[in-house]
Amino acid sequence: MAWDWELFCKETATGEIIAGCFGKGGDQTYLNWIFSAWGWTLTVAAGALVVALAFGLLMGTLRTLPNSPWLVRLGTAWTELFRNIPLLVQIFLWYFVIPAIFPTLKDLPPVILVIFALGFFTSARVSEQVRSGIQALPRGQRYAGMAVGFTTPQTYRYVLLPMALRIVIPPLTSESMNIIKNSSVAFAVSIAELTMFARQAGEETSAPVQMYLAVTVLYAISAFAVNRVMRYIETKTQVPGFVAAGGMGAGH
Amino acid sequence: MGNLDLSFFDWSVIGPFVTKGLIFSLWLTVVATIGGVVFGTILALMRLSGKKWLELPAATYVNTMRSIPLVMVLLWFFLLIPFAIGRPIGAELSAIVTFIAFEAAYFSEIVRAGIQSIPRGQVFAGQALGMTYAQNMKIVILPQAFRNMLPVFLTQTIILFQDTSLVYAIGAYDMLKGFETAGKNLGRPIEAYLLAAIVYFFMCFALSWIVKRIQQKVQIIR
Repeated sequence: MAWDWELFCKETATGEIIAGCFGKGGDQTYLNWIFSAWGWTLTVAAGALVVALAFGLLMGTLRTLPNSPWLVRLGTAWTELFRNIPLLVQIFLWYFVIPAIFPTLKDLPPVILVIFALGFFTSARVSEQVRSGIQALPRGQRYAGMAVGFTTPQTYRYVLLPMALRIVIPPLTSESMNIIKNSSVAFAVSIAELTMFARQAGEETSAPVQMYLAVTVLYAISAFAVNRVMRYIETKTQVPGFVAAGGMGAGH
Repeated sequence: MGNLDLSFFDWSVIGPFVTKGLIFSLWLTVVATIGGVVFGTILALMRLSGKKWLELPAATYVNTMRSIPLVMVLLWFFLLIPFAIGRPIGAELSAIVTFIAFEAAYFSEIVRAGIQSIPRGQVFAGQALGMTYAQNMKIVILPQAFRNMLPVFLTQTIILFQDTSLVYAIGAYDMLKGFETAGKNLGRPIEAYLLAAIVYFFMCFALSWIVKRIQQKVQIIR
């Protein structure tokens, strides 16, 4: 096995080595391709993160509401539904089953469907963390809100959520890193992201080791970058004298 | 649900396709859990040993595994194992090796957190009784640590079971593949995916429910 890194400068169709490694005009080198694949990975991950945070925060908060048993049930049902089906199966559901049931969705680009699949899957885990973050607050916090005459939405807005959201930053950090890793499952429905690139380019060039290595490094860089950003947010939003404890958790 | 035909949801029709995959999925889960816990415990003990030459390789291994997507790890092992042993092995065997290696990293973090959750006084108590490091671990620390981490440990096993579907990437025949094959052969691929989702849901939901009960039990003991 020759360690030929020059093959990243090859044009994907003609196999010609291009000076400067980036194809001009209509040409595309493997270097071009891998960067575009990285872009797709980050697009899917970022889109899914937005969906996951929005739905996860909403559903996790609903699950802690006092005196609204149906909203609590809705949040719990949501969480259990999206937590107990494997991600790959959920992606197939969004990609094959849902457009068959709702034909209007057939025109959507597949990447949108995958973003929702990954986002909803992750929202279940975010919801679980938000719920335990809110429940970890001392009961007195809620009573304090009631004592100053806040309505329930006000209690959440001004008392509970500001603290709870800080508590959940560490688990959300690992969830954000998971989302980048989990976006790799999108290869199964032919999204042109990094894992898809690794499989295709590895086969085309007969040099899978180099392709896999490059992809693995890009995944590691992405996860590390997310970790740094989240740490920055964590220190910026920290309440003095209040340390959020990271517990143990399962993951993949 | 106009264009879905659910009539093929009949075990006598799809059973033969699915059973083989289901058995592999469960087998993979069990083997990977046992192997992952054994190697994970070793990795955790290495990281907590206080000896640099043991800590460093264990930490590097765990952090590397944890920063790569499982699908990529599956592809890597499928590519490299034949190189290492000089002959091709099947996707199923490759999947088993990969899952043990991959899950060991995750279980080691759980075991490490579990051991660190034991108060220092317990360690000192064992030492005061004249126990060796091995005795102390075996008799005092690990039994308590394993009990503390039981809920997380079981949750990880459920996630592991869900993740077995990813062997799709290397073409191994698991439960999802069973449903997919049934759907293709019977001309109903969309319904087959839906049914797969339902079956996975009920299996994982039942397991999570059991975990929740165990969690409550363990909390009382503590």
